[in-house]
Amino acid sequence: MADVTPLRTAAETGLSKLFEVRRLKLPGAAIAREEAFRYFEAMGLPHRRVEAFKYTDLRAALREAAPPAEAPADAAAREAVAAARGFAGLDAARISFVNGHLVGGASDLAGLPAGVAVVPLSAALTNGDPLLAHLAPVAQSRENPIYQLNAAFMADGAVIRVAAGAKVERPLHLRFVGTGREAFSTATRVLVVVEAGAEVTVLETHEGPDGVAYQPNDALDVVVAEGGRFLHSRLNAEGDAAVALSTVSARLGAGAHIETVNLVLGAVLSRHQLYLHFAGENATATVNGATMLRDGQLADSTLLADHAAVGGVSREQFKTVIDGDATGVFQGKIIVQQLAQKTDGKMKSDCLLLTDEGQMMNKPELEIFADDVVCGHGATCGAPDEDLLFYLMARGLPRPEAESLLVQAFLGEAIEAVSHAGARAALIGEIEAWLARRG
Amino acid sequence: MPAVQETVDRVRAIDVDQYKYGFETTIEMEKSERGISEDVIRFISAKKDEPAWMLEWRLDAYRRWQTMKEPNWARVSYDRIDYDQLYYYAAPKRNAAASLDEIDPEILKTYEKLGIPLREVELLEGIAPQNRVAVDAVFDSVSVATTFKAELAKAGVIFMPISEALREHPELVRKYLGSVVPVTDNFFATLNSAVFSDGSFVYIPPGVRCPMELSTYFRINERDTGQFERTLIIADKGSYVSYLEGCTAPKRDDNQLHAAVVELVALDDAEIKYSTVQNWYPGDNEGRGGIYNFVTKRGDCRGANSKISWTQVETGSAITWKYPSCILRGDNSRGEFYSIAVSNGMQQVDSGTKMIHLGKNTTSRIISKGISAGRSQNTYRGLVSAHKKAKGARNFTNCDSLLIGDQCGAHTVPYIESKNASAVFEHEATTSKISEDQMFYCQSRGLTEEEATALIVNGFVRDVLQQLPMEFAVEAQKLISISLEGSVG
Repeated sequence: MADVTPLRTAAETGLSKLFEVRRLKLPGAAIAREEAFRYFEAMGLPHRRVEAFKYTDLRAALREAAPPAEAPADAAAREAVAAARGFAGLDAARISFVNGHLVGGASDLAGLPAGVAVVPLSAALTNGDPLLAHLAPVAQSRENPIYQLNAAFMADGAVIRVAAGAKVERPLHLRFVGTGREAFSTATRVLVVVEAGAEVTVLETHEGPDGVAYQPNDALDVVVAEGGRFLHSRLNAEGDAAVALSTVSARLGAGAHIETVNLVLGAVLSRHQLYLHFAGENATATVNGATMLRDGQLADSTLLADHAAVGGVSREQFKTVIDGDATGVFQGKIIVQQLAQKTDGKMKSDCLLLTDEGQMMNKPELEIFADDVVCGHGATCGAPDEDLLFYLMARGLPRPEAESLLVQAFLGEAIEAVSHAGARAALIGEIEAWLARRG
Repeated sequence: MPAVQETVDRVRAIDVDQYKYGFETTIEMEKSERGISEDVIRFISAKKDEPAWMLEWRLDAYRRWQTMKEPNWARVSYDRIDYDQLYYYAAPKRNAAASLDEIDPEILKTYEKLGIPLREVELLEGIAPQNRVAVDAVFDSVSVATTFKAELAKAGVIFMPISEALREHPELVRKYLGSVVPVTDNFFATLNSAVFSDGSFVYIPPGVRCPMELSTYFRINERDTGQFERTLIIADKGSYVSYLEGCTAPKRDDNQLHAAVVELVALDDAEIKYSTVQNWYPGDNEGRGGIYNFVTKRGDCRGANSKISWTQVETGSAITWKYPSCILRGDNSRGEFYSIAVSNGMQQVDSGTKMIHLGKNTTSRIISKGISAGRSQNTYRGLVSAHKKAKGARNFTNCDSLLIGDQCGAHTVPYIESKNASAVFEHEATTSKISEDQMFYCQSRGLTEEEATALIVNGFVRDVLQQLPMEFAVEAQKLISISLEGSVG
């Protein structure tokens, strides 16, 4: 049963040792880190007997705790950033992180759009920035061991404030690049505070070296005040041996809107966690995910949408394409609190299995305590429709092309929601490139 | 919907007033000593004159049970059960089942009051033969009467209490008992394996279509007593049986445990249709009393082209923890699960099914309708999985929840695990309240609000009611309206 404490694994012992060494060197209040780590330590690395990690056994996947990466030398950092390709063609204000550290020399901190202020997280922690009161905006995420591990080890990141009423057209691009030949770990935290009536587009890319078992653990905390809009596109193009953990926690004020779309291509194991808290009335959310997996990969999308106020609307759509011996996981939960009458929540997870070896685990949950709501979820899983393939092949397309076309159309539904046209086109480009590599 | 708000208080009051089967029968009973021990198990086994292997089986289960922990993953909460305070065996003293005349008249009266016919003669009069139902009546720990045994035997059908089957057909029981729900399957199944007392045993020989519906009626009567029945149904090649199950219990302030195990085995081309109308005492409006219904039900479609269909109408019990499941082992086998779970007052329901696709071209269908009212919590929890070898597996799942009032909760927890590409799984779930448009439409045609609600609720559960045998469907429909009385008509 879940409450049996098993022997600690090498990775768990390793993390404890690392924490002992690191805790006083890291910026900010040691007490908060201590609390976070003790929370994690009590739970240990989550495994399949822990319900929320039933399909993603981190204890088995993380055999060793990789040492935290040090800040790289400036030249090396610039070189790594120059090689990054995600959203590279888009006009955006870029903030670059190499091995988890903000690299000012490779960022446009001086050329930020009007209304946007960015402070490196390390500086904010050292100086006790008042905006840090907004950290960890969703209560449920604090019960998550991955998120707590991030809280214990977070070394750098950014605190971004979008001033009230500012409509920021030029997107901010948070560019995370890993570099190195030995295994390393990173823990970054970005906090975005969107003040009342403001709007911002944030692009996020994660890239790193193939063949290196590095371990990124990234967290994005978002607070959207009344009437604010936060538009977010994320690309996971991590290296093929990475174990990539990430968490987005967002708190929505009255009439606020969040749009977050995540495209997963990389990492041998990835888990992307989304926590949404509808704190104000009539807040809305569009949460989409597109995942493309090939041999040996596992990608987990876990979502919790907590409706705590009247009139919230959430739309979640997750699409997974599995080629070869890979595993897709979707766990989604819509909670409607007793006060959250008139909630409208719809969640859908669809999966295309291109070969017989793939597997998909779906767990879409509803937890409803209010009566005047409309909530639903759907889940489907199957191979590409032979009739559709036949239709396309009868029009002269070879089978692989016909299949690619169907996959594009299938994933397209999730990507279409991206408001920023450039980001949308770039994500579609990534999907096409993946399909082209498949041949 | 404002009217629902208004009726919340009335809904709260209903359980105490509405439960019609809450009476107690005063009768001399013989009981085991309080609590559970190897001695108690030996006592039960001796009472039933069981073969030695059965006693060993029970003792083995008991030893394993002692090492197990009570599961806590379901969305239900209750005070710890003190297993040492329960009676595990209680039987009427006058229980010479040789003929109905020897049964304690109080028991006969009880079943009469419950509307369960135990006298074949009465049954035969004026009722068309095709509507006859054979009944096995279980009173606390023992079966007190089984009807139509002789006539069924002519067709080769074995229908008897399992304790009798252990004496008369030990080889059959031994072959199949525990083959679907293993002794150590879960905490409550293991406890049942150690102390089970009575339940039905059914064997349908190859090629036989059972000439009448079979049924078991479970009645808990004695205070502080757990009921641990065990039902085993085997449909041999090419046979068919429809089996019904009903249950009630007296109103009491303390909780009583019902931990049953039902095992179904369908061999090649066989079909089993298993229907339940569960109406255990649900407790009063403050959540005092009521039955803890912790049941393990599982069917094994062992043969090719076999079919098992579960239909359940759940209106009773303080807590329901129950997942009738199908293991689709044979190629082309089919599993079905139709469920209506109505919760009101302080009831807690955590129920659903598992469809485990192992064979090729296996199909399954899940239709689950949950209705929550009062301050109840109603959870659907289900698993659909396709093994790598289950080529061409198909599942369709639909679970809908309806909330009446804003103090209750409706939850859906499905697990959908697909391990091969040729499996096609579809799942949909919705939660809503009764639509104002529908209400307006009905009311503008002259129906009162309660009538309109009842009509809509009946439409909501229609898919499931249609699966029930005729007599049951009528009873189930009545039960649903009684359960919701106050909030619906």
